[in-house]
Amino acid sequence: MSTEAPATDAPLSPDPSGWEMVIGLEVHCELRTATKLFCGCRNEFGSPANTNVCPVCLGLPGSLPVINQMAVEYAMRIGLALHCHVEPSIFHRKNYFYPDMPKDYQVSQYDQPINLDGWLDLPGGTRIGIERAHMEEDTGKTTHVGGGGRIHDAGYSLVDYNRAGVPLVEIVSRPDLRSSADARSYVDELRSVLVATGASDGKMEEGSLRVDANVSVRAAGSAELGTRCEIKNMNSLRSLGRAIEYEAARQIALLSDGGRVVQETRHWNEAEGTTRSMRSKEEAFDYRYFPEPDLVPLAPSASWVAAVAYALPPMPAERRARVAAATGLDGDSDSVVTVVRLDLDSFVMAAVDVGADGALAVRRLANEVAAHLDGARPLDPDAFCRLLLLESQGKLTTAQAREVLRRLLSQGGSDPAAVAAALGFEAMGAGDLGDAVDGVIAANPAEWARFAAGEDKLQGFFIGKVKAATAGKADLKAVSALLRERRA
Amino acid sequence: MSGPAGGRGPAVELAAGVRSGERRAIDALEDYLVAIAEGDDQIHAFNHVMAESARAAAAAVDEAVAAERDPGPLAGVPVALKDNLCTRGVPTTCSSRILDSWLPPYDATVVTRLRHAGAVIVGKTNLDEFAMGSSTENSAFGPTRNPRNLDRVPGGSSGGSAAAVAAGFAPLALGSDTGGSIRQPAALCGVVGAKPTYGLVSRYGLVAFASSLDQIGPFGATVGDAAALLDVISGHDHMDSTSLPSAPPSAAARLSDGVEGLRVGVVTELTAAEGIAAEVVARVRQAADALAAAGAKVEDVSVPAAVYGLSAYYLIAPAEASSNLARYDGVRYGLRVPGADITEMYGQTRAAGFGAEVKRRIMLGTYALSAGYYDAYYGQAQRVRTLIIRDFEAAYETFDVLLSATTPTTAFEIGAKTSDPLSMYLSDLCTIPSNLAGHPAITVPFGTGTDGMPIGVQVLAPALGETVMFQVAAAIEDAARAHEEAVR
Repeated sequence: MSTEAPATDAPLSPDPSGWEMVIGLEVHCELRTATKLFCGCRNEFGSPANTNVCPVCLGLPGSLPVINQMAVEYAMRIGLALHCHVEPSIFHRKNYFYPDMPKDYQVSQYDQPINLDGWLDLPGGTRIGIERAHMEEDTGKTTHVGGGGRIHDAGYSLVDYNRAGVPLVEIVSRPDLRSSADARSYVDELRSVLVATGASDGKMEEGSLRVDANVSVRAAGSAELGTRCEIKNMNSLRSLGRAIEYEAARQIALLSDGGRVVQETRHWNEAEGTTRSMRSKEEAFDYRYFPEPDLVPLAPSASWVAAVAYALPPMPAERRARVAAATGLDGDSDSVVTVVRLDLDSFVMAAVDVGADGALAVRRLANEVAAHLDGARPLDPDAFCRLLLLESQGKLTTAQAREVLRRLLSQGGSDPAAVAAALGFEAMGAGDLGDAVDGVIAANPAEWARFAAGEDKLQGFFIGKVKAATAGKADLKAVSALLRERRA
Repeated sequence: MSGPAGGRGPAVELAAGVRSGERRAIDALEDYLVAIAEGDDQIHAFNHVMAESARAAAAAVDEAVAAERDPGPLAGVPVALKDNLCTRGVPTTCSSRILDSWLPPYDATVVTRLRHAGAVIVGKTNLDEFAMGSSTENSAFGPTRNPRNLDRVPGGSSGGSAAAVAAGFAPLALGSDTGGSIRQPAALCGVVGAKPTYGLVSRYGLVAFASSLDQIGPFGATVGDAAALLDVISGHDHMDSTSLPSAPPSAAARLSDGVEGLRVGVVTELTAAEGIAAEVVARVRQAADALAAAGAKVEDVSVPAAVYGLSAYYLIAPAEASSNLARYDGVRYGLRVPGADITEMYGQTRAAGFGAEVKRRIMLGTYALSAGYYDAYYGQAQRVRTLIIRDFEAAYETFDVLLSATTPTTAFEIGAKTSDPLSMYLSDLCTIPSNLAGHPAITVPFGTGTDGMPIGVQVLAPALGETVMFQVAAAIEDAARAHEEAVR
């Protein structure tokens, strides 16, 4: 999901000390409904251009919108997961001319949104306020051919209306974020919340999640907000972080030189690693919002809201707390965060249920399993648990267990013991291992003397020899314990 | 022509004849096509006559009758459609150059319902461009003339539909009424025209002018014909969010029930008011006296806020229109005039495609919705609307229906008001309040003025009060007929 670009960040390098960044994010989330917000066309990424269209989403004369109930339910799930109040709401028309909008207005919620006033806790405990999470329709997609890639100098432009009318929820945070790391962590956490609700697939690379950032800076300790700029066009978490860093540095440089920040919308250029002015406040569109007369007010009944709230699955923070309680690990640790984010926490709970080592389960999941998720065969939870037991009972060494796990991930299978046997793995008994260690000591008297005299770095030498002598079957932790025992 | 309920008028008699096999739909159609061929060169009621598809539809009705299948309640009845109702594969121009070449890929819901009812669509009728006007002079394809006097306007905006019925080109027609666009031309042409309760008839496929005011309604030579047509097109449609979910009231149910015991209020603000001709007021009084003689309890009533209707209307309707008409931008369909870049293309296309009145209203509406003006104009107009609803509801606590003038004067001469938009706007003084309130209203011909031109009397009813409204209209129709016979 990260788009690599030349690491020529921050051509400006003012002194950031004494300054504080203030960041608010607007996250547009496409809902994974089967159909669009106001018509029956399929909501599907990647179809041939202009195939998922009808009179309604093409805005043909005489057509009228009818709200998709599932989109309303998804919007409520998102709001409730973010601890918002679900409110009676209405839609407005946001009027401006652009060819990706078939009606030349966007139907969006304005001053009466469906979800108001919630919050999201980041791992680590920082609470970020959520101002609102409102519904709106997506626009089509334009491709400008020739010229500078912008509409006014293009040779011609192509428009694909498949995306026009796809349901969106826009989640607007309060300006509670204080660093680009905060911002990335917020988007990461928000994404896993959105995925957990079932409302979103969370795919930034397909545009199902799009982030705009409002960035300002102020003297550290000041309570006043500085003038902000809105940054658009970040298509990965990495570019979000870079854009915020660049923009804050630009503003600090300006202010440090006695200049002023102008409120405006700025476009992030990924290749150059810079932001550029799109339009200033004076040039901002007058959207002439007014209530959409073709739709009726949305007033979900209390019982509907309650049913949606009741059916919400546990959110990531709660799941991390469960993993922490079951394993004794810190719920905000990277490995626990990763396991929950990748939806692997059910494996941990299953492992703990059968008496396997929960912390070991988290380690395996956050490392081997996480690394093999792409193109992996579905991992059988039962096989995973039995593998953990084989390892903790000493029947497989750590290295062997990892190898068996990789096989299970790449080739499937439900019996880790059989996979281990097929690989010829079989942990050595304590007596055999002792013999092997003694054999290696006898064969290398000079090195042993130095190790015995306290030259610790030779431990690795002996472990390597034992590993070779046992064809990898030795449990290396047991080997190092034996080596220290022999030396004492 | 008077008879039992459901049997009042040429259309219902024709349908009965076709259903019973006494008459053939194709013969009836040919008679009307001959009338059109002979007379429409002078009148210009039609933008487009659909002779071939009409013949096919009539033949299908005759086949159904022969095969003893139910051909539908309007079997074989030719119906003319205002040219802002979408017809699949048939030009739907709104009498605008900007839609000159556009072919809708779908039928409006009312068109589908007409086809299912066995009606035969004969053609698309002329209108003021995008239904903006009161004389059908604002048509890109030239004005329609009043069949009663070719030097007079037929009224508007549904002037083509009113003229088609008045001229005997079709027994029935559909129009749309945003501020009086059915009732005003019906009155000026001497036919019956009704605007139903907002939400009673689906707007799906009606090219929008002002969405919160637009409503499709019937024209007929008689009250019974108009009722029969309304009963075919009314009822819930899932394609229109503002379509009422309740079972529709029957318009034809009580046409012969008389008015004994009904309470009728004559609205002083819409009758004996400045600008309303004395001869028009006299006809309203005659109608009221006739109802009293037939056993109704008739009194004058004040609806104070109704006088602000015109001002509120000329903010709300243009505001919504400015947004509804944004989509005619040359990008997807209709007229495109090339420009150096997209902004210029938009400007050239809209400059060439829209007529003066449409441009005037787009500018009025854009201004009314602008930042800083919204509350003073659009917001204030919506508050006036609430007052009008409140005042009407108060009147309906005492009265079953209300009576008023339909138009201030009889049909004026072609060209008389084209250079004075304000005086043109005043034509809709008496009809606009019903649109703002969302209530139904009907006009019934009642005698003529000193110039020999028809005068209409308006019956207003509360929301979903169509049954009693048509009941009273039928009594007025009987009184008008008796009056005419007495004069003769």
